[in-house]
Amino acid sequence: MATTHVAVGNSETSGPQQTVVNDLSIQVATVNGSGSQSSNLVLLRAVFQMGIPVSGKNLFPSNIAGLPTWFTIRASKDGWIARRKEVDFLVAMNPETAEEDVRGLHSGTPVVYDEKLDLKRLRDDLIFYPVPFDKLVAPVCPDAKLRKLVRNMIYVGVVARLLNIDMQEIEKALRKQFKKKVKAADLNFNAVKAGFDYAENRLEKADRFRLERMDSTAGKILIEGNAAAALGCMFAGVTVVTWYPITPSSSLCETLITYMRRYRMDPVTKKATFAIVQAEDELAAIGMVLGAGWAGARSMTSTAGPGISLMAEFVGLGYYAEVPGVIFDIQRVGPSTGLPTRTAQGDILSTAMLSHGDTQHPLLFPCSVEECYTMAIEAFDLAEELQTPVFVMSDLDLGMNTWMSDPFPYPEKPINRGKVLGADDLQRLGGFLRYKDVDGDGVGYRTLPGTPHPAAGYFARGSGHDERAIYSEKPDVYANNMNRLARKFETARKLVPGPVIEESNGAEIGILAYGTTHWAVIETLDQLKKGEGIEAGYCRVRAYPFGDGVADFVGRHQRVYVVEQNRDGQLCDLLRLTLDPEQATKLRSVRHYDGLPVDARSVTDAIIRQEG
Amino acid sequence: MATTTLPPSPQKVNRIGLEVGAYKGNKTTLCAGCGHNAITERIIEAFYEMGVEPWRVAKLSGIGCSSKSPAYFLRSAHGFNAVHGRMPSVATGAMLANQTLIPIGVSGDGDTASIGIGQFVHLMRRNLPIIYIIEDNGCYGLTKGQFSATADLGSMLKNGVVNDLPAIDTCALAVLLGATYVARSFSGDKKQLLTLLQGAIAHRGTVMLDVISPCVTFNDHEGSTKSYAYVKENEEVLEDVTFVPFFEDISVDYDPGTTTDIVLHDGSHMLLKKLEQTYDPTNKVEALRVLTEAHQKNEVLTGLFYVDTTRKNFLELLNTVDEPLATLPLERVRPSQAALDEVMEELR
Repeated sequence: MATTHVAVGNSETSGPQQTVVNDLSIQVATVNGSGSQSSNLVLLRAVFQMGIPVSGKNLFPSNIAGLPTWFTIRASKDGWIARRKEVDFLVAMNPETAEEDVRGLHSGTPVVYDEKLDLKRLRDDLIFYPVPFDKLVAPVCPDAKLRKLVRNMIYVGVVARLLNIDMQEIEKALRKQFKKKVKAADLNFNAVKAGFDYAENRLEKADRFRLERMDSTAGKILIEGNAAAALGCMFAGVTVVTWYPITPSSSLCETLITYMRRYRMDPVTKKATFAIVQAEDELAAIGMVLGAGWAGARSMTSTAGPGISLMAEFVGLGYYAEVPGVIFDIQRVGPSTGLPTRTAQGDILSTAMLSHGDTQHPLLFPCSVEECYTMAIEAFDLAEELQTPVFVMSDLDLGMNTWMSDPFPYPEKPINRGKVLGADDLQRLGGFLRYKDVDGDGVGYRTLPGTPHPAAGYFARGSGHDERAIYSEKPDVYANNMNRLARKFETARKLVPGPVIEESNGAEIGILAYGTTHWAVIETLDQLKKGEGIEAGYCRVRAYPFGDGVADFVGRHQRVYVVEQNRDGQLCDLLRLTLDPEQATKLRSVRHYDGLPVDARSVTDAIIRQEG
Repeated sequence: MATTTLPPSPQKVNRIGLEVGAYKGNKTTLCAGCGHNAITERIIEAFYEMGVEPWRVAKLSGIGCSSKSPAYFLRSAHGFNAVHGRMPSVATGAMLANQTLIPIGVSGDGDTASIGIGQFVHLMRRNLPIIYIIEDNGCYGLTKGQFSATADLGSMLKNGVVNDLPAIDTCALAVLLGATYVARSFSGDKKQLLTLLQGAIAHRGTVMLDVISPCVTFNDHEGSTKSYAYVKENEEVLEDVTFVPFFEDISVDYDPGTTTDIVLHDGSHMLLKKLEQTYDPTNKVEALRVLTEAHQKNEVLTGLFYVDTTRKNFLELLNTVDEPLATLPLERVRPSQAALDEVMEELR
């Protein structure tokens, strides 16, 4: 399968004389398990260190070794970091996909490739840079067993030379990548140098792309969304983490384990201020989250769509028993084997109403690694304030890819543990009613198991209970409880993060998006303005339930394009359910669902088409 | 009606000064004569006798007749009625949050051996500190009498349907998987059940207590192997059990030739007096042998099959701080600004 598309009607083939500086998308095609991830991250980091805005996307198979994988690195002086549909520079290392990869390129594209693949025969309108990788790797890597891994470092040197990436930055990035493994770093850097020298002596620069130092990344960090979310959980004060391995979420809890062991061991006793348990399945993971939340811990799990489905029954109980918990959904494509290593925003509708018998859950939509961090912290506060499961809807693109970001801010506020009564409170009050709406916000007061007071205990159960938490089948008792829970969801509407709106005065059309789609949409806004003269307002939704700001935004525009990465326009449907009918008819849906992160061109074209 | 008023007799209290009423719960809604009600009474007695503060206890259950019963004891303890078959995970989470709790989980044979078998086996292998009770009647009561997976081969339903699949022996499974206090009792055997429950409270690890508890409505007829009559007829008691709590200053006097003394985690003693055969309750292979032989002989074997006071429990393996994680103050759960700065620097 090719991951590239022929750019229809593209006339950007003006030849090497016009140098293009700091604006290209490099695609590296390799075999999974061949060490190429290290090579690609070294390239990415070196570009980043040169001060050039950069993003990397790993388009990988569900496989440990042997299947094709692609990595795209986009450098953009304008700061665009969404995936680019077009490939400007190809490194073809995989014999299996090389022909298809090359056939998909637009005219004039440079191709670095393994000489023995003889790709030159395929087309005469590309710029070919053949490299004898096997010959180059042999002298720098005497151990034949390691050559498969080291070989891919050679293209790093070749690309560095051809694109003018500073070798000092390459070395710095490589040594960071290999951390304390000095021998491995030396071995790999020698391979980089061999590639660089070969390109310098034997290849004639014939393409127009060039990277030059900028100062746009100073002070910034590079991190994956899952690692950012893990940091957020740690600084949110999470104490109980239960999880079951599933792509693309596993790295969240794995990174969390690393950070917690480092920063959350009690300095005196050397014991853990946390418990992390790998559960037997997602059914158990969510059960443990709820048990811990009920007993007062800040508890969480992390999963993907199939795990969310398994958690459905328990999440409904969490909603009705009113137990806090944070669930990260790192969304991916499809059930069962589906496309577990490809991205989507496909769980929106099913998660918003997960379970049975009238259930609704707050969802947070981080768009950036920084929001993975900040929203993780917010999610724990919301879960305890609202006493309900809260979902953080990330995706594979955000969770597993490396993104640049400003450093994360230290939390300003202390944590909010919500309405919890202790023994002293019970002594003063004489008792409490667990599910009574004392404050009019739908949220009752709770006690924790182990509270030393005879009036502390209550029996947590499903929907059929009165204010004292005693089982009841009385119709008015049931309906009253349901109505209170609806009021609680209104409270949630006020507490969740509101939309981020960029007005464009007098614009007829608005664009509405969420999560990682944001990065394509901001580029689309630019493309529409510069290419078509179309001005559009933009509303980035950050949570469900939608706040008033979302409805007002729709109200101010004549047509609103809801852009998302699923087939059915799930958030668009959720908006239609929520908005007044006359506002709902303004919504138009733009959907991207091929498993790859959405790109701006596709969005722009779809909007232009619908605008007619 | 009496014409004279007698002074109220001083109420009996336990070692922490509580009356037995403090250990009771709501009125049962189960059928009159249900074995589960007898188990509830023994649970009340056991916690009373042991002098456990009710607020320290967390009551957990799944779904079914059995799982309703935590509402009928320890009124002032917190309870959580989970989803069907998945009480073990809720109990595990609660204990991760607060390891000072004393959790008692009440399940049924359907809740454990069918829908809940996955969570059951993982609970057993973790050796989480919990008293896990199966109120075992071999059938689904709340849905009107279908067979469960603990129904014996050849056992017959009221409507004449005969079970043609072998029973899952939850005790044998628990022994194999790593539970550290495994016993079977009968709801009608007040003394043995109370003794095993007291031992369970004294043990700090997974207690798996399967209690045969006849369903008077759906499974108490001729042809059932979980009826009062059948169990009374076929019960074989493995050993005579005596419990000596840690707080009673009684010197334990026994004949080491006929009696095994097990010292439980809180210092209490469980004395196991041999009846017909010699039996070592710390030997897994022995436990599996007697259980297998009992099946072959169609006996309902009861008693303490296996106990291990040396294996670390799940919470010890996690090496958490001594205080409940749930209520650690902010400064202990949020690392410093310097820690964040350090991480950010590494990511530059």
